[in-house]
Amino acid sequence: MTRKTNMALAFTDEQSMILESAKGFCSDRSDITAVRSLLSSASGYSADIWAEMVGLGWTGIAIPEQYGGSELGIGSTVPLVESMGRNLLSTPYISTTMASQAILRGGSEEQKAKWLPLVAEGSVGTLALLDNEDWGASATSCQLSADMQLQGTKLLVNDAAVADFFIVSACHNGAQVLVLVEAAQLAEGALGAKVLIDETKRACNINFNGVTLSPEAILPQSEAALRDIKLLGALLTAAESTGSCAAALDLVVAYLTSRIQFGRLIGSYQSLKHPTVDILIGMDSARTLIYHAATVVGDQSLDQDAEIACRMAKAQATEALLYAGDRAIQFHGGMGFTYECDAQLYLRRALWSQHQFGDAQHHRTHLASLLLD
Amino acid sequence: MSIELEQQNELKELRAEVTDWIKHNKPADPGFLLPQTFMEVGSEPVLDFLREWQHKVWSAGYLGMAWPEKYGGRGLSPAHQNLVDAQMKLARAPICFNVIGLGWAGPLILDKGTEYEREKYLKGILNAEDIWCQGFSEPNHGSDLGSIQTRAERDGSDYIINGSKIWTTMGNYAKYMILLARTEAQAERKYNGLSFFLAPMSAEGISTQPIQKLTGEYGFTETFFTDARIPADCIMGEEGQGWRIAMQTLQYERGAEAGAAGGISILSIVMNDLLKMAAKVEREGQPLLKDHVTRDNLVKLLIEEKALHLTDKRLGIPALCADYPNSLSLSGKLRSTEFYRRMRQYAQSLQGTQGSLYVGDDQAVDGGFWQRAYLNNFSTTIGGGTSQVQANIVGEHVLGLPKD
Repeated sequence: MTRKTNMALAFTDEQSMILESAKGFCSDRSDITAVRSLLSSASGYSADIWAEMVGLGWTGIAIPEQYGGSELGIGSTVPLVESMGRNLLSTPYISTTMASQAILRGGSEEQKAKWLPLVAEGSVGTLALLDNEDWGASATSCQLSADMQLQGTKLLVNDAAVADFFIVSACHNGAQVLVLVEAAQLAEGALGAKVLIDETKRACNINFNGVTLSPEAILPQSEAALRDIKLLGALLTAAESTGSCAAALDLVVAYLTSRIQFGRLIGSYQSLKHPTVDILIGMDSARTLIYHAATVVGDQSLDQDAEIACRMAKAQATEALLYAGDRAIQFHGGMGFTYECDAQLYLRRALWSQHQFGDAQHHRTHLASLLLD
Repeated sequence: MSIELEQQNELKELRAEVTDWIKHNKPADPGFLLPQTFMEVGSEPVLDFLREWQHKVWSAGYLGMAWPEKYGGRGLSPAHQNLVDAQMKLARAPICFNVIGLGWAGPLILDKGTEYEREKYLKGILNAEDIWCQGFSEPNHGSDLGSIQTRAERDGSDYIINGSKIWTTMGNYAKYMILLARTEAQAERKYNGLSFFLAPMSAEGISTQPIQKLTGEYGFTETFFTDARIPADCIMGEEGQGWRIAMQTLQYERGAEAGAAGGISILSIVMNDLLKMAAKVEREGQPLLKDHVTRDNLVKLLIEEKALHLTDKRLGIPALCADYPNSLSLSGKLRSTEFYRRMRQYAQSLQGTQGSLYVGDDQAVDGGFWQRAYLNNFSTTIGGGTSQVQANIVGEHVLGLPKD
């Protein structure tokens, strides 16, 4: 039970530069007006901004140089994603990064050589893992028959409508495998768009029935890759949530320092001031934990320290954001109850984020096994 | 060999040496629960035990290692002291209890004192012959040091002190006090009228009244000054500089790099200790650590502890502290003291029916350690600015929220 705790936390100059440029880019391209203008759009994001991000090399950051990336490691995507979260900038970035990580960690040489350069150049990929509401399920009901026919429906596939390829978990010869399915292989009407609580996000259910794959579609190291992408997805969601939490805090502070009630700025009331400090403390803990995780995740299969770090980051960050979003509504009073008030954007983001890549309870359950047994 | 490498080898040797020393010199169980902080020195046997221990640590050359040799130190680097302290902490050695001397008064005298003061005071701080106490807080003024009312009036070659101080840790055992008193009642700004003294507690007119803590133990006094006469040369700096010197004094306690003599001042309690305790307990007919609710609560605390322990590292990376640059440092006390309060409260709650026992009962879990630690922890969430005051400070100085 007594184990040595990994306390690494480092940030390279390169990562500092990424953070600086990401902060500038995201706040410039995604102010709140831009965010709101995309809420009711079909794709949910701006193709122009996505193209700019690709042009900046962001989609290749975690891809090795030999496949057209800049090989800075998955940890270097954390400052990018935090900045996106801070400005509620939704693009298929997390989905695509996770799909490419699946290929990088589980794919064959041919798969890597074909798909990773495409991702670096802007192809969109996403994960299709869920059969039902249970993120913690260890098996999947989606079947890949011996003659390579896919059978099953996957739920809540992020950015599915714009994805060029899907990494799908399926049961094949008694084992769980990841397979790569191209968008063109889907039957007509396979996508069913979902109504999400976070209007900046997009997801579909996908019916994979009738898709026939070649044996080369299977990722050879599926098991290890699946474990890793679940954890890395948790980390990136945590990073995004931390950014959104910081933004929600800024929103609260701005209101508390401008709104006057009963003759005083409402930020002078301790009943509002102290919980706002609690938001700050929760955000600070989350930020510490995501950058610790960013430090300990590498390109190799994630070790136990990395697993602990990703799970802690996710559990902390989404709970911190939920608290911030909830209090942001409340502290805006009647205004907070309106659609016009931006506080709802953060609360809805929180309610969405907590269920991405496992909720806090899920991660704590796994942490308990890792830390208490 | 490079200087760096040489120091690395030297430190490596020191680690082996001190580990061995601790093994042979760490005192046996004294038959009472060891004080976790210097605020728990409530009886003569505890005092004697800690005085003897600190003297032993100093005699072995493990205290004041970065202080000059002529004042009882060893003229080595803060790294040497930190290494020794880390080993002591690891071995759960008793604390070096003369905390106000080692971490506040001593470094101040070393930094700002005269040669006479250094020679007079420093060695006695290290070898534990002279215990120091601190006279800042006053009854009715709590955390607000600006409102100090204790008067110091110049009378020839003396100052005459009148007033009272409260929460004087080891006031009844101390030989000297660092005292903040008002020399100018009508100062334009209240902070300007204060002066800082190194006051002998033996002066006529100074008396102490022990305060019984919520734990039932002693450790603090209220200290009364009734026309107490102390020599005028007890003043540090000039009249009116007291506030500035007091604030400076607070900076030293951050460690050997900041000038403190070192020595562990606190027996830290971490989650690992709680897990060891929890492993001994049963609930609903099975080991407590199999209970799902308990597991979830423990993991929540472990996450919080990890973030807390990583704080210093993140502070070293300005790029990750850009939006609220002083957030981590100003919220540090609030975050850590409140975490420990909740953690210790939870520890007591996990003990089943044994949780109702207390220090002195032979069946109390870990001798009642957790119960006492929880109760004593309020000294940290109240002392030095209550958590509520801390939250105001963070809200106003980090987030820029308006004052009340």
